[in-house]
Amino acid sequence: MSKFGLITKGLLKENPTFVLVLGMCPTLATTTSAINGLEMGLATMFVLILSNIVISLIAPVVPDKVHIPVYIVVIATFVTLLQLLMQAYTPEVYETLGLFIPLIVVNCIVLGRAEAFACKNSVGDSALDGIGIGLGFTLSLTVIGIVREILGSGSVFGWKFIAGDGILAFVMAPGAFLVLGYLMVLFNKLAKR
Amino acid sequence: MAAKSNLKNMALSLTLVCLVCSALLGVVYSMTAEPIHKAEEAKVAASIARVLPAFEGMPEKASVESDGSSYTYYMVPGSGCAIISTVGGFGGPLSLMVGIDEEGKVVNTVVLSHSETPGLGAKCTSETSFIDQFKGWDPSARKLAVRKDGGEVDAITASTITSRAYAKAIQNAVDVYSKLMGNE
Repeated sequence: MSKFGLITKGLLKENPTFVLVLGMCPTLATTTSAINGLEMGLATMFVLILSNIVISLIAPVVPDKVHIPVYIVVIATFVTLLQLLMQAYTPEVYETLGLFIPLIVVNCIVLGRAEAFACKNSVGDSALDGIGIGLGFTLSLTVIGIVREILGSGSVFGWKFIAGDGILAFVMAPGAFLVLGYLMVLFNKLAKR
Repeated sequence: MAAKSNLKNMALSLTLVCLVCSALLGVVYSMTAEPIHKAEEAKVAASIARVLPAFEGMPEKASVESDGSSYTYYMVPGSGCAIISTVGGFGGPLSLMVGIDEEGKVVNTVVLSHSETPGLGAKCTSETSFIDQFKGWDPSARKLAVRKDGGEVDAITASTITSRAYAKAIQNAVDVYSKLMGNE
């Protein structure tokens, strides 16, 4: 596969949210607004790229039977690093995402890419795969966030275009499922063409 | 390909990975400890500045027991006292910083953390007509409870439970303050 293909496949053919349907917990919970979705996507991408790089480096020397604990330790380390750095330098972002940052550890996208791609491919390809899948995840979360923010709060990226409230259900959990479902239909219909 | 999965190899690789990871985390932790502490302090200081009249420097942090739970407060000499008061809201704990002046009146309140319903109870952080009614509230003259419960607090529309919790949090802070004053 070409280097460029490694990046674009995360956006379309293997889009983590709409095609692989992985990492649903942060997808549903953090996309109450466009900016929250974007930040969560970027945070996950950061962990994904670094863990892919490190895992592709150490995979050849890790014994098979302990590879999952080793990968989890690597991923957990990067998540904790991210958490500390965000707490220190972007406390406002940390405040909104709070609980969902530590949960990146159990995000199946990260371990999934480690298992399915990084442990069998070169460092460069694994980094590109991390970028591609990360971008796909970020884009999907941002789109869900935009739709939910428009319907639920009447604003885009915090810029309000109608006074008062929107349809509150879309800011809450049921709206997350509805938006995700309809976007998934739309995405797969367009992607098939 | 992958090394053989015998006991020695497995123990060795796990130990090594954990060692390297914990060392890395230790380094980053010590690097970020100070900025994190500063950011938290700045947040608390900003909250205190919002609930109390202007003051100088960073007030002393202290805590006191009242009704079986512990309250953190910041005494600002010549200005008043900022008390952190947490009660159960509609969706989870609702934590307020309540500023009380030396006459025992509420100066202002600010929500520190909450998990109320977005668009309904969460308005307690943004609805100025609700928040501003507590400015200058004299708890000895006016009852701190929503009108439904026989008090004088105007509740947020469709969020009586949140409003009730908000009023209760302020009342608890007032009780803590009078206890503090009684002891001194």
